[in-house]
Amino acid sequence: MSIVGHYNYWIVAVLMMTGFYIVIASNNLIKRLVGLSVFQTSVFLLYISMGKIGGGTAPIVAAGVKHYSNPLPHVLILTAIVVGIATLALGLALVVRIHETYGTIEEDEIHAQDEEEAL
Amino acid sequence: MLAVTALALARLHDLFAIAMLSGIYSLVSAVLFVMLDAVDVAFTEASVGAGVATVFLLSTLALTASREKTVPRKSLLALVVVVITGAALIYGTIDIPPFGDPDNPIHHHVAPRYVHDSPQEIGIPNMVTSILASYRGYDTLGETVVIFTAAIGVLLLIGGKRRVSSKDKNE
Repeated sequence: MSIVGHYNYWIVAVLMMTGFYIVIASNNLIKRLVGLSVFQTSVFLLYISMGKIGGGTAPIVAAGVKHYSNPLPHVLILTAIVVGIATLALGLALVVRIHETYGTIEEDEIHAQDEEEAL
Repeated sequence: MLAVTALALARLHDLFAIAMLSGIYSLVSAVLFVMLDAVDVAFTEASVGAGVATVFLLSTLALTASREKTVPRKSLLALVVVVITGAALIYGTIDIPPFGDPDNPIHHHVAPRYVHDSPQEIGIPNMVTSILASYRGYDTLGETVVIFTAAIGVLLLIGGKRRVSSKDKNE
């Protein structure tokens, strides 16, 4: 029971850490944004897993159904997905502008160019 | 199927394929949401996550570089940090009530009211829709404000400045 009961949450932790690793370890700005969205999806999965009721169905009224899954997390995550895509779009726009200015999207090269300018 | 998602992620350390793989990842997670009874969320994830996000990523790649320089850099330190954080998170999951139990605290606050009363009060069989549009309408209003702001930001960043920066390059 305990293993089955927490398997979803462990997967969430693994996914979250994969996204986190991509964000801190990679040098490429686009890859970082992808890592951030992976991180986000793991949070979505956490909420949706909490809303699930074993033996329940999707929260749409139907005859003869006794248990519905909790609709509230679904609503919250629906909002979060859309907000997530908005932030992703904004981040990608920033990356495009950085590429126009610096000619690269690698973080260490940007730092190197900044230091050259400062000298 | 959960493991498939994790596997798809492990391969995300590739090069240009990242964009396509993230689309596949979104699709797999949408399937997962269907399994967890969240059909509306799955719709949104499949269309927005797998569709729009991939288009955004690909267009950004077209505008910038498509190759990542593989520089092995401080990844050991990052790995250690990630493993420690992950261990802490998994330790934290021990306190979470078991998956799928109808007696969990999350199912006993406002959720029963939504489940039982919303079909009569709002008149829509889909509870997610009635909560989204009616009970938590302000959330949705805020969400649209966020999208509007993001759209303005993207237009300001890319749309208006392009001519200026191309002038800079010509100089």
